[in-house]
Amino acid sequence: MQKVSIEAHSLTKRFGSFTAVDDVSFSVAKGEIFGFLGANGSGKSTTIRMLTGLLQSTSGTATVAGYDINKQPEQVKMRIGYMSQKFSLYADLTVAENIRFWGGIYGLTDAKIAERRAWAIQTAGLEGREASLPSALPGGFKQRLALACAMLHEPEIVFLDEPTGGVDPIMRRRFWDLIRQLAEAGTTVFVTTHYLDEAEYCNRLMLIHAGRIIAGGSPQELKTQYIQNPVMEVETDRVIEAMNALSDDPRIEETSVFGTLLHVSIKPEYNAEDVIKSVLAAHNLPLHRAERIVPSLEDVFIHLLDQQGVTSDAS
Amino acid sequence: MRAILHILRKEFLQLRRDPNIVRLIFIGPIAQLLIFGFAINLDVNSVPMIVCDLDHSLQSHDFIARFENSGYFPIVAYVDRIGDIDDYLQRGKASIAITISREFGRKIAKGEPAQVQAIVDGSESSAASVGISYAQAIVAGYSQQVMLAGFARRGFGMLRPISVEPEIRVWYNPDLRSRNYILPGLLGMILMQATVVLTALAIVKEKETGTMEQLIVTPVKTWQIIIGKLAPFTIIGIIDILLALAGITLLFGIPVRGSLVTLGGLSALFILTTLGIGLFVSTVSSTQQQAMMTAMFFVMLPMNFLSGFIFPIENMPKLIQLVSYLLPLRYFFEIIRGIVLRGAGLDVLWPQVLALVVFAVGILTLSAVRFKKKLA
Repeated sequence: MQKVSIEAHSLTKRFGSFTAVDDVSFSVAKGEIFGFLGANGSGKSTTIRMLTGLLQSTSGTATVAGYDINKQPEQVKMRIGYMSQKFSLYADLTVAENIRFWGGIYGLTDAKIAERRAWAIQTAGLEGREASLPSALPGGFKQRLALACAMLHEPEIVFLDEPTGGVDPIMRRRFWDLIRQLAEAGTTVFVTTHYLDEAEYCNRLMLIHAGRIIAGGSPQELKTQYIQNPVMEVETDRVIEAMNALSDDPRIEETSVFGTLLHVSIKPEYNAEDVIKSVLAAHNLPLHRAERIVPSLEDVFIHLLDQQGVTSDAS
Repeated sequence: MRAILHILRKEFLQLRRDPNIVRLIFIGPIAQLLIFGFAINLDVNSVPMIVCDLDHSLQSHDFIARFENSGYFPIVAYVDRIGDIDDYLQRGKASIAITISREFGRKIAKGEPAQVQAIVDGSESSAASVGISYAQAIVAGYSQQVMLAGFARRGFGMLRPISVEPEIRVWYNPDLRSRNYILPGLLGMILMQATVVLTALAIVKEKETGTMEQLIVTPVKTWQIIIGKLAPFTIIGIIDILLALAGITLLFGIPVRGSLVTLGGLSALFILTTLGIGLFVSTVSSTQQQAMMTAMFFVMLPMNFLSGFIFPIENMPKLIQLVSYLLPLRYFFEIIRGIVLRGAGLDVLWPQVLALVVFAVGILTLSAVRFKKKLA
C-alpha cells in the first residue's frame, strides 16, 4: 500500500494572463484529512478541479492514488470521489434513483448497488426517505447524500470542494463527524474550505492565497510555528480606540478585533500584560481583562496575510 | 455499455417527471400540424371585388358576370361613384376594384377599344399578383370573344383566328394546393424542433446544475454520455414524425407516394444532423436561456426561412441560395417532398442523402470534440 495518496509538484494553472494556481506543491498521506484553506478566488477550487481531471493543468504534475492526473485520468477517476460546492445530484430523481444511477455510472453491479444503497441511506441518515426528491430534504441531508453518492464506489480518495456551504452549524458539525468516520476507515479526504473552525478538524492544512501556498502544517503546528509572540486576549469597552492605541505602540506587533475582544500579539522581549496595561492606562481606556491565549487559526491566518502585505494599507 | 443504459434509464425517468414533456412532444407538433394544415394557406382562392359600373349596359353586365362566374372574385358591393371605391379598399373589404367606363357598351358594340380600370390592393402582394393574373385571363377571354363576335358580324364567319391552346397538366400536386407543399415540410420542422432544442436544453441543464461536472469525474466516457443523452431525443423525434405523418395522411389526405422505409431511414439520418446541431448549441451555451436563444435565432430561424419550408429557394437572392446549401433542412425538405409527393426513391434523391451524410458526420464530430474539450 502506498503511503502517499496525493502528490503535487509545481502544479500551475493559468487562464490567459491570470494565474489561478501558482507553482503549488504538496503531498497528502493516506487516510489523512487534508484541508485547503483560503478565501474565495484563492485557487482552492482550481486545484481540486485539476486533481479530479475537470481541468488540465498548465504545467506541473500530480499523482492521485499513484496515477498521473494528466496521463492516466481514467485510472484516477476510478479511485476518487468528488463532491462540488453545488448540490450536484439530480433534483428530479428520488434519493434511491440517484443512488442507483451514480452507482451504475461507477460500474457497480446491481447486487453491489443494493448493498451500497443501504450504506448510503444509513450514512446520509435518510432511512424511510428513499422515495423523496432531494429538493424535499433539509440542507444538511442533501450534503450527506451527495457525499454518500460520491462514495458509492468506495474510492481511495474523496475530494470535497466547500462541502458545507449554506449548511447550518449543527449540520456542519455532523457532516464533519461523517468526514472523520470516512478518514478513520482509511479514506483520504481532501477538503477545501474558507471556514476557519472547520480547518481545526483537519489533520493537516495548507493555506493558499492568490494561487500560492503561504503556509502548511497541522493546526497545532500552524499556531505555534507561525506565531511565536505571545497573544493576549483583551476585553475593553472601547474596542476601536483601544485597538488604535495598541497598534501605534512599537512594542506591539499586531492587533486584531475578534467580536468585542481584541487579540494582541506582543514582541517577546516585553512583558505582555504590562505592555497592555500601560498603553491603555496612558490613553485612559478601561481594561476589564487581559489574558494570554493560544492563538487561533484565525490569528495565524491574519498574521500570515499581514506578512503577505494583504491587510496592510498601500501607504 | 452498461453506463449508457444507466444514463438512458435516468433520462427516461427525468422525461417522465418533466411537466412540460407532453406539451413539447405531443401538443406542439399536433398544434403545428393543425395550424399549418388548416390556417396557413398560400393559395389565392378568393379576391373580394367591388364593381363600379358607370355604364349599366348589356355589355358591362356580361363583362362583370364573367368575373363573378370565375369563382375567384366574389363581389362584395356595387358602387356608382368612383370615389366610393377608396373606402372599401382601405378597410380591406375588397382587394380589387373594377371600374367600367360610361361608353363601354357602345364602344364594344361598335367594335372600338373600350376601357376598364382595375385597382388592386397591393399591400398583400402575393394575393394581388395572383388576382391580377386571374383578372387578365378573364379580360383576355372576354376580348377574344368580343373580337370573334365582331368578325362574325362582319361576315368573316368562316375565319377562325389561329391560336395555340397549350394543354397544361400538373403532376404530383394536381390541384396546386400549397398545403401539399407545406405539410410534408412540416415533418422536417417538427423533427428539428423536437431534437435541436430539447437536446441542447437537456445537456445545458446538466451543466447548469453541476451534474455534468459530477459525471465528468466518473470513469464514464464522453461518447457514452453523448449517446445516452441523445438517444431519448432520437426516439422522441421518431414518435413525432410518425404522429405528423399520420396527421398529414389521415387528416389532410396527402398520401405518401414513396417508400415509408426510405422515409423512415432518411428521417433518422436527418435526426443525426439535428442532434449534432443541438449538441453543438450546448457546447456554446452555459445557461438554458442562452441555449434556447441560440437555438431559436441562429438555428431555427434561418432554417425556417432559408430552407424552403414556405418560400421557394428559387425565389431567393443568389447569395441566400448559397447559404441554404449549408442547411441540412434544405436537403431534408427536398427528400421528404420527393418521397411524399413524387414517390421518389434513393435513385434520384442520393445527392441530398449524400449531403445529409456529410453534414451529419461533420457536425457530430465537431460537436463531440468541442463537448469533450469544454468539459475535460
